[in-house]
Amino acid sequence: MTPPDLALAAKDGTVLAPMGEASALGIRGMTVSYAEKPAIFSVDADFAAGAMTAIVGPNGAGKSTLLKAALGVIPRLSGEVSVFGASLEAARARVAYVPQRASVDWDFPTRVIDVVLMGLYRELGLLGRVRASHRAKAEACLTRVGMSDFAARQIGQLSGGQQQRVFLARALAQEAELYLLDEPFAGVDAATEAAIIEVLKTLKDQGKSVVAVHHDLATVTRYFDRVLLLNVRKIAAGPVAQAFTPQTLAATYGGRLASAQIDQLRLGDGAGPVMGSTTGAGPDA
Amino acid sequence: MTPLWEALTLQAGYNATLVAVGAALLGIAAGATGSFMVLRKRALVSDAMAHATLPGVGLAFMLMVALGGDGRNLLGLLTGSAVTAGIGLLGVDWLTRRTRLAEDAAIGAILSVFFGLGIVLLTIIQTMSSGRQAGLESFLLGSTAGMLLSDAITIAGGGALALGLVWLLRRPMTMVAFDAGYAQAVGVDVRRTDLAMMALVMGVTVIGLKIVGLILIVALLIIPAVTARFWTDRAEALVWIAGGIGGVAGYAGAAVSASAPDLPTGPIIVLIAAGLFFVSLFFAPLRGVVAAVLRHRRFQGRVHRRQGLLSLSRAEPIHDPMTLRILRRDGLIRADGVATERGAAEAARAARDERRWTAARDLHQDTALIGRYDGLTAIDAVFTPDQIAAFDRHLGREGMI
Repeated sequence: MTPPDLALAAKDGTVLAPMGEASALGIRGMTVSYAEKPAIFSVDADFAAGAMTAIVGPNGAGKSTLLKAALGVIPRLSGEVSVFGASLEAARARVAYVPQRASVDWDFPTRVIDVVLMGLYRELGLLGRVRASHRAKAEACLTRVGMSDFAARQIGQLSGGQQQRVFLARALAQEAELYLLDEPFAGVDAATEAAIIEVLKTLKDQGKSVVAVHHDLATVTRYFDRVLLLNVRKIAAGPVAQAFTPQTLAATYGGRLASAQIDQLRLGDGAGPVMGSTTGAGPDA
Repeated sequence: MTPLWEALTLQAGYNATLVAVGAALLGIAAGATGSFMVLRKRALVSDAMAHATLPGVGLAFMLMVALGGDGRNLLGLLTGSAVTAGIGLLGVDWLTRRTRLAEDAAIGAILSVFFGLGIVLLTIIQTMSSGRQAGLESFLLGSTAGMLLSDAITIAGGGALALGLVWLLRRPMTMVAFDAGYAQAVGVDVRRTDLAMMALVMGVTVIGLKIVGLILIVALLIIPAVTARFWTDRAEALVWIAGGIGGVAGYAGAAVSASAPDLPTGPIIVLIAAGLFFVSLFFAPLRGVVAAVLRHRRFQGRVHRRQGLLSLSRAEPIHDPMTLRILRRDGLIRADGVATERGAAEAARAARDERRWTAARDLHQDTALIGRYDGLTAIDAVFTPDQIAAFDRHLGREGMI
C-alpha cells in the first residue's frame, strides 16, 4: 500500500458518507496488529448517528478487533477515534459496549442483577452506594430484554441467549447514545435474536446509534440500515442498498463465498433474503 | 485451663495476645486480597512474589549491618523484601507481555531464581560474624517467638491499610476480574487496577512474612477464597467471607502455635485454614458434598414424581413402589392408585412441559441449553415467557401438519 492509495481511501470514505449526516463514531487510519500481522489495516470509517450499522466480513477479517480498538480495549498501532466529534475519553459516558459473551467465565460468582449493575459503574464511581433507584434502573433494563424473572439467578445457570440478553441489559443501564455490539446474535436462539433486534430497533427509534458485528449475511438487509464490509481493509461502506451488493460481497469474501450463496441473498431484485437456508449461507454458519 | 484455651481467650500473656491479634488481622487482609487474585485467575502470581521476597530480606539485613544498625529491624527487612518482591512481580508481568512465555512458565522462572538467590544470601549471612543473624530463616516458615510490640503494630497497621484499599477498589477489581474488556470500555484502567491488586497482595505477603513465612503465605491468600466459594455465589460476599475465614485461621493458628512453642506458626495457620476448607467442602449448605447428596435424594424423588405424573397422563399403570409412595404422599393419587383431581391437573401440566421441551430442542441449537433439560425442570424456570410462546407457536405449526 503506497501513500497515494491511502489518501484516496480516506477521500472515498468522506464522499461515501452522506452530506449533513452526523457521525456517531469516526475512525481515521486505524491499524491494529497482533504480533506483526495487521488484523485491520488503515481503516477509515464513519458510523452514522441514529442508524443501525452492521460490520460484516469473513472470520479473521478484524471485525471484533475494529470495535475493541475503537474502544481502547486493545491498543492501536495507529489511527484516531472520535465519538460524536469528541475524543473517546471525553465521550466515554455516551458509549456502551456489548462484548462477545464467550469472552467471560460464566462460572464467576455473581448474579444477573449484579452484572447489570456493572453498567452503572460510571454513575456509582468507586464508593457510591447502590441505592434502590439504581436497582430499579437495572431491573427495568432486565425487563426490556425479557429477563426480569431472572434477576436473582446465578449467571452460570443461564443459556447462551440469556447470557447475551444480560450483556445487552448491562449496556442499556449505561443510558448511552452509541451502542457497540460484538456478535450479539452468535449462538443464540431465535426468540432471543428477535428480542435483541427489537431492543436495538427501539434504541434507533429513540435516536440512538447502533453498530453491531454481524455474521449472518441473510439478515443484514432486514436488520440494518447501513453496512461496513471489512476484510482487514475497508471494502465498502454505506447504506445497505448501495454497499451490500454481490460485487462488494465477492470482494470481501473472495473465493470463500460461492456465487450461488450470494444469489441466495437475492440482492438487488427487490425480494427479501432467503430465510432458514440449510446450505450454509454465511462462512460462519 | 489448658494452654490452648488460655491462648485462644487472650490470657496466655502479653506476647501471645499480640501475636494472635496480629495474625487475625493479617488473615483478614490476606483472605480479602487473595479473593481478587483467585477471581482474576492469577493466584499463583502471588507465589512468585512471595518467593521473591527472600533476596530482599537477605540484602536488607546485610545493608543494615553494614550501616552499623540492627540487622533484624523488622521494618527494614520488610522494606527490603517489598523491593525484590516488586521486581519479581514486574518480571512476571514483563515476561508474560513481552515474550512468548505463558504466565505459568514466567511464574516458575521468577519464583525459582529469586528463591535460589535468597537462599544463597542467607547462607552467606550465616557465615558473617556480626549482626545477630539468628532468626532470619524464620522468614521461611514463620515464627512468633520473640515478637515485639513494634512488630505487631507494623503487621496490624499494614493489614488494616490493605483492607481499606481492598474496600476502596473492590468495584473496579471485581469488574476487571469478571470482564476486563467491558471494564476497559467503560473507562476502568485495567492495567492499573491489576497492578494495584498485585501491589496489595505484595503488601500482604510482606507483612505476613514474619508470622506465616514466605513459603506458605500463598496458602493464606488462596485457601480462604476457595473456601468462601462454597458459601456464596456473589463476588462481593465472597471477599468478606474469605476475610473472615482468613482471620479465624490466623487467630486460631497463632494461638495454637503460642500454646506449643515449638510448632512453627505458618504451617499451623495454613492447616487450620485447610481444616475450614474441608469442613466447607463437606458441609456448606449450597455447594458442599453433604448438601449435594441431599440434593441428589431430593432429585431422585422429583424424578419418580415426574415419571409417575407422565405415566398418569398416559394412563399407564405404575408399579415402582417409590413412585407410588411419593405420589400418595403428595396427594396426587388415591390409595387405590387412581389419580386425584390435583394429580390429573399436574399430570396434564407435566405432559405439556414435556411437549414444550421437545419444541425447545427443535428450535434451539444451543448445547448449553439442551444440557439444562433433565426431564424435571419446569420449562418456565429455564426460558423466558417469549421463548416459551415461540415453542407453543412451533407446536401449533407441528400440530397442523
